[in-house]
Amino acid sequence: MAVCVGIIGKDNSPKFFTCLNPAEELNFQYKVLSALDVVEEKLNCGSKGATDLRELYLGMLYTLETHKIYGYVTNTKIKFIIVVDSTNMALRDNEIRSMFRKIHSEYADIVCNPFYIPGEPICSKSFTGSIKNIMTGTV
Amino acid sequence: MAEETLFEVLHSEIINYVLQNGESRNKDGKDEDLSTIEYIGFSTGYRLIERLTKEMPRFKDELDTMKFICTDFWSAVYKKQIDNLRTNHQGIYVLQDNAFRFLTKISNGKQYLEAAPRYVSFTCGIIRGCLANLNIFCLVTAEVQNMPSCKFHIQVQRT
Repeated sequence: MAVCVGIIGKDNSPKFFTCLNPAEELNFQYKVLSALDVVEEKLNCGSKGATDLRELYLGMLYTLETHKIYGYVTNTKIKFIIVVDSTNMALRDNEIRSMFRKIHSEYADIVCNPFYIPGEPICSKSFTGSIKNIMTGTV
Repeated sequence: MAEETLFEVLHSEIINYVLQNGESRNKDGKDEDLSTIEYIGFSTGYRLIERLTKEMPRFKDELDTMKFICTDFWSAVYKKQIDNLRTNHQGIYVLQDNAFRFLTKISNGKQYLEAAPRYVSFTCGIIRGCLANLNIFCLVTAEVQNMPSCKFHIQVQRT
């Protein structure tokens, strides 16, 4: 179970943000946005020939006392960030990976929606609903 | 099988619609305005590529991306692969399709050669849209010499 999901656009501007506890949202925004530096670093050293970095999933970006932060970057340079509670030992790498896959499918669906203009912040209710379901693991 | 026909019919109907709309505005016999069709292609490609690259590993470089366009992308949209890809390694790519899907239904002779640009501009837009979303900004033009075969010239803009 993740506590927060963020989607960051090509130009590093936030497109979508949701967390379980709305009171902590600002706090999580700082954490997610500071993770972008690590994402950048990982992407840049990928060009030096490391083979496993061709995967879209970047793995754990960094840990804080209370949270772990995972990242995923699509081919179109859209970044997905998941924040997980450090005390939560039940979530393994594979589950995080499949969570990211589901978020990616949802994102591909919303981009193909003719009412969504690419590059705008996402404010669709059904999208928020399905991301919440992915976060809590009810799908 | 059925959905392939639907796509072709929809495509040619969009072209008819756009040309009819353009005709009423543009009566002085200039070249047909195909930019609307190109733009429809652009936004289609821009959105479509997000879905098509979902299962793909990250692209290494520009050439890798072009190869993806020639193989996976082309088979997804046109049910075949590009027959020939050429590049000068300086940002110019030429994609040749010997039996382009939208032209195979038209007579092979010279009769309808001047109508060919209508049927390739949507594809030019799709390619441009895909590459734009993959952060490669380019100009795409098409060239039809013998009827069902078609060449797409991609000129990458470097800043």
